[in-house]
Amino acid sequence: MKFTEEHEWLRREDDVVVVGITEHATTQLGDIVFVELPEVGTTVTKDEEVVVIESVKAASDIMSPIDGEIVEVNTALADTPALANDDAIGAGWFFKIKPSDPSQMDEYMDEAAYNAFIA
Amino acid sequence: MTDLFHTPLHQLHETLGAKMVPFAGYAMPVQYPMGVLQEHIHTRTKAGLFDVSHMGQVVIKGQDYAAVATALETLIPVDILGLGKDRQRYGFFTNEAGGILDDLMLANRGDHIFAVVNAACKAADIDYMKANLSGVTVTEIADRALLALQGPAAEAVLSALNPNAASMRFMDVVNLSLAGAECWISRSGYTGEDGYEISVPAAQAEALARELLAHADVAPVGLGARDSLRLEGGLCLYGHDIDTDSTPTQAALNWAIQKVRRSGGDRSGGFPGADVILAELTDGAARKRVGLLPEGRAPMREGVQLFAQIDDERPIGKITSGGFGPTVGAPIAMGYVPTAQSTIGTTIYGELRGKRLPLTVAQLPFTPANFKR
Repeated sequence: MKFTEEHEWLRREDDVVVVGITEHATTQLGDIVFVELPEVGTTVTKDEEVVVIESVKAASDIMSPIDGEIVEVNTALADTPALANDDAIGAGWFFKIKPSDPSQMDEYMDEAAYNAFIA
Repeated sequence: MTDLFHTPLHQLHETLGAKMVPFAGYAMPVQYPMGVLQEHIHTRTKAGLFDVSHMGQVVIKGQDYAAVATALETLIPVDILGLGKDRQRYGFFTNEAGGILDDLMLANRGDHIFAVVNAACKAADIDYMKANLSGVTVTEIADRALLALQGPAAEAVLSALNPNAASMRFMDVVNLSLAGAECWISRSGYTGEDGYEISVPAAQAEALARELLAHADVAPVGLGARDSLRLEGGLCLYGHDIDTDSTPTQAALNWAIQKVRRSGGDRSGGFPGADVILAELTDGAARKRVGLLPEGRAPMREGVQLFAQIDDERPIGKITSGGFGPTVGAPIAMGYVPTAQSTIGTTIYGELRGKRLPLTVAQLPFTPANFKR
């Protein structure tokens, strides 16, 4: 698993990468009440806004951490946005992306480095 | 946050694990570990304890109550003279254009008026009263904290400390001893729930707060939930839903101006902006504050532009408060629209992230008020 400084996590699942945000991020955001996901089939580039999260406090944008094609989104979040709070690195995932350049993953932190980053 | 004022409960907030934020010059708890959503729901189902010590507590004294009330009626378009002893009432200062300078609560305490004004406006309000009222003294009460205990369990909780709390009706004001402290208590608040606001000497505030929090039904609640509670309650936040650009009629606050101050009343007019305000009370205003229910789940917040039709170029108004209503279970908002679009059930459009999304004009409050009348 890899982590960005924007508090996203990336997990390889065969030839796709699952992306979500960390528990640290959801704790900071507070109760999440709305998640707007990209459309399946969209081609995105690194640092492009792909997800909008609304918590009880404010709206936040999530950027795509890598280039690729969105192949699946977590539709359960539409009805139950609180999944992102309750199970940030599991059932609260946002989207799956098919990377066009898997080496873009390399620049991100491993879990130990991320834990040090947020400490 | 080193330049911020601290309330007498600052240490307690930190002990309780509050997330502190700057608000109107004070370090205030925006939420506790329970989180905004649960704090909101706890207040609607049990009782929430709020620190509102940042608000201004002001005593206005004169020769007698009538003298103070008569003086204040030159600045405030509500019936203050006719307010019963130990009763409280909502009001606002208006300006020459009919706009609102601040909203406040006023209580008849026999030989004086006790007022509670907004934190961000309190210095200006006090200067304004001192400059414009003759024959009265205006004193900020800086040595008392202000707590709000709100929710359906509030009566039982407070009665356990002093049984006299139970016999108070909505908007009654009394002095009661609570946990050894001499408190000034009103049966009111700003959440749409039954409850009390408690003015307590600063030195005894933490002990009283701890006594209240010791009750199983009471949780500390921060400014985040205070905002979502008052929004569901359809209550205006000064500087957002009302300001110097909005008149009482535009703000749907006609109910706060009693007949005696309106055209044909015994004490009609005589306050700043009376010509504008009295005319609008009779003829209506060009725009109106309404409740708005966004369709779907995306909250529309303050500043979102509103349009009559999905493809109109010119906005008709904007949202002044908006977010997620935890008790409603959906996004809710308030904003100003032209009177033509203010009928309940009208569909209008808000522009969110470049998309026009429908909203329906809705009845306020979003959740029924639960006052003990």
